[in-house]
Amino acid sequence: MSTKNPEYDFKWCPGCGDFGVRRALEFALADRTVEKETPVENNVVVAGIGCSGNLTHLLEGPQPFSFHGIHGRTLPIAMGVKMARPDLNVVIVAGDGDFLSIGMEHIAPQAARNLNVTAVIMDNAVYGLTKGQSSPTTNLGEITSSTPYGKMESPLNPLDLYLTLGISFIASGYSSKPRDTAKLITAAMDHPGFSIVHIQSPCTTYNDTYEILKGNAKKGIQPLLWNITEDHDPSSTDSAYNLIHSGGWPVGIIYQSSERPSLDQQHEEIHKKVGEKTARQLLDRYSL
Amino acid sequence: MKKLDLVVRFAGEGGQGVVTSAEGLAQAATQVGYHALTYATFPSQIMGGPTWTQTRVSTTEVLSAGDELDVLVAFNKEAYDSHASAVREGGVVVYNSEEFAIADDLKSFGMPFDELAKSTGNTRAANMVVIGAIAFLVNMPQEYLEEFVTKRFTRGRTNDQQIIESNIKALSLGRDQAKNSGFNLGTLEDAKMPSVDQILIKGNEAICLGAVAAGLDFYIGYPISPATTVLVWMESNLVGPGKFVYQVSSEIEAITGILGAGFAGKKAMTATAGPGFSLMSEGLGLGWMAEIPVVVVDVQRGGPATGLPTKTEQSDLFACMHPAHGDVSLPIIAPGTVEECFYASVDALNWAERYQGPVILMSEMAIAERAQNIPKPDLSKLNVESRKVYQGSNGYMRYEGPGVTPMPIPGGPGSYTANGSEHDPIGDTTHLAERHVQMTERRFNKLNLLKDGHYESDNTHERIVIMPWGGSKGPSQEAYQELRGKLPIGWYYTMYLNPLPTSLLEELRQKELVLVPELNYQGQWSSILRSQGVNAESITQYTGLPFKVSDLIAKIENRINSHTERKAKA
Repeated sequence: MSTKNPEYDFKWCPGCGDFGVRRALEFALADRTVEKETPVENNVVVAGIGCSGNLTHLLEGPQPFSFHGIHGRTLPIAMGVKMARPDLNVVIVAGDGDFLSIGMEHIAPQAARNLNVTAVIMDNAVYGLTKGQSSPTTNLGEITSSTPYGKMESPLNPLDLYLTLGISFIASGYSSKPRDTAKLITAAMDHPGFSIVHIQSPCTTYNDTYEILKGNAKKGIQPLLWNITEDHDPSSTDSAYNLIHSGGWPVGIIYQSSERPSLDQQHEEIHKKVGEKTARQLLDRYSL
Repeated sequence: MKKLDLVVRFAGEGGQGVVTSAEGLAQAATQVGYHALTYATFPSQIMGGPTWTQTRVSTTEVLSAGDELDVLVAFNKEAYDSHASAVREGGVVVYNSEEFAIADDLKSFGMPFDELAKSTGNTRAANMVVIGAIAFLVNMPQEYLEEFVTKRFTRGRTNDQQIIESNIKALSLGRDQAKNSGFNLGTLEDAKMPSVDQILIKGNEAICLGAVAAGLDFYIGYPISPATTVLVWMESNLVGPGKFVYQVSSEIEAITGILGAGFAGKKAMTATAGPGFSLMSEGLGLGWMAEIPVVVVDVQRGGPATGLPTKTEQSDLFACMHPAHGDVSLPIIAPGTVEECFYASVDALNWAERYQGPVILMSEMAIAERAQNIPKPDLSKLNVESRKVYQGSNGYMRYEGPGVTPMPIPGGPGSYTANGSEHDPIGDTTHLAERHVQMTERRFNKLNLLKDGHYESDNTHERIVIMPWGGSKGPSQEAYQELRGKLPIGWYYTMYLNPLPTSLLEELRQKELVLVPELNYQGQWSSILRSQGVNAESITQYTGLPFKVSDLIAKIENRINSHTERKAKA
């Protein structure tokens, strides 16, 4: 939408990983409208604040509804949309700062509820829009504008966190592979419960990790990324745990379980039994 | 001359039957056509702790809980020690002689509440023993109470008759005890059945009911005193197709969650109190900016921070009107009575739908748990509004122009970005100066749609007027009725605080002095009125308790006199 809108002046830096994530989401949404035979307006994108949140303004093609709210609150906004209208497909887009720092308090409750939304997380291990401060996934000792003498905290392993919290679908992706990432997003949207696709999406300006992610044979740098092989059993938490802790960044579906019903399924189930109470019935209770 | 009203305070420990006795008296009295109001205080602990509830029964509408007690019912010694001094000259103390004994103080008599109940075969009838005694003290016909008991306990169960009989026996036992005591307060004037059907309901319940009547679809909230009863009520009653109610993990989830629901086309609401309201600040700014209809109920308690969780105060007005950073002024409706709670709730939902943004419904602790008889709302006559929904084709300019525009709903046509950043007509972020000017003006223009609220006025020719807000209405009205005709004073009142009804503001600007009784230190409402060109001055109190009518009368007289003196000197 932005390319045709002279009022909108935000741009991602050349080479930003978020371009690839945007492309992946566009593919996934387009596929969904065909597969589910539903209009694109049945999709709602809830965006966080930061470079990644601007994805919603930069999406090209048929436009879903979107909600570009406040910092860290994508999950509860998405919960409101989803529980108001369980028929809608709700996707959140946020970065590591928005989702894992200020927004951290919202992850555990949604995991417990198994809220049926898909979180697409762009992790560049830095605050880009505010010009290069450390984030929860920034490495220990890293020099950033807010850690001029080295970062003092250990980096968070988000995949480990998601698994511990019991999130029912966990996938890991890489921004330079939009077709592959789109497949992960589609699988996440099809999953009936809380799904997260955590994507390595490098920041070329403040934390350029392309080389260490992809590796460089000439320089003898081994790639951090590796594709999850077909023998991995994503229904097993033990296998998922081992995968996450086997070094580097696994790419693919890490964990998936459909054992627990989602919040909207639970709500429908319980309230089917309760029935309706009208204002008139409720008012009559207070009659003298 | 017969007595026109009866004020009874029930005091003891939580769990002794203080509240059930007080509410039982209110129920019995309203059943036969009296008006009644209860005023409850709460211990800040779950089990035990000193607590008291006051019931005022009257032949006409009850405006306040009453300053002086006709009867104190003391469930324990501590209650007697703390409250006996509030009993008026000639009043009576009824105490539970199983708990303590007092030497003859010429105004008290004891009876064994629980032992008497036990003797009826129904250990839960102690409150009826007490009510029976009170009824005798004002010569209330026993039939009134028997009728109440019969109605209340006819529940289609096999032991109904047994329970009814034991309760009637309990009433008689209490009555005999009072008779033997020799005390009497004089006959309470007969009840006159109001011409309109009445219901007995508490403030928070009336808010819930009003919201449901106005078409509420979606409620989420987080427990906090004194707003928890709204959440609990909604959890059991906001059910049916398309409805959703849920306890979330914080007030930040509550506000952002209802914004999501409001964006998705639902009528959404949450209720909270001071600390929770503070956490909602940023979300409320987002609702204003992105133009999303939601209602937030703030049941005020003493603040700031954790403050006085179980006491009443009217100190959140500044916070509610300007809750967020940036240029924001949120609509406020502040009911002053239980009846107004119902209609304020309907109007709050209507306002949110009409101007497409957050509306604050300000209640307060003193109203929240007050039970009062009110005319039964006629649901067929309610005006219920719904937002204008966009029905056209795609390529829509959702934020175009100087005022409200139809809202697209996800799943329908007109996809756009609801944006908390300054935005252009399609919702894309922008930093253009002229756009920020246009959008800021657009957001404030929309408030003009809400200036049609109604208000009360009396003696409008007077140059000095009294204008309370919220729960200070009742005591102020009683004080005004006392002073009317004795002093040059007029009356104004509205629950529509922001924006004020246009003609009301014009009238207030003509006044020499507007006196504002309010329960806060800063004089928040008078300060807001002064900022709108009204010469307002507050009469403040910040004790955690409502105004006493006698205090207000003295203070109003005082202010009028000093104003007159000042004027004479000038």
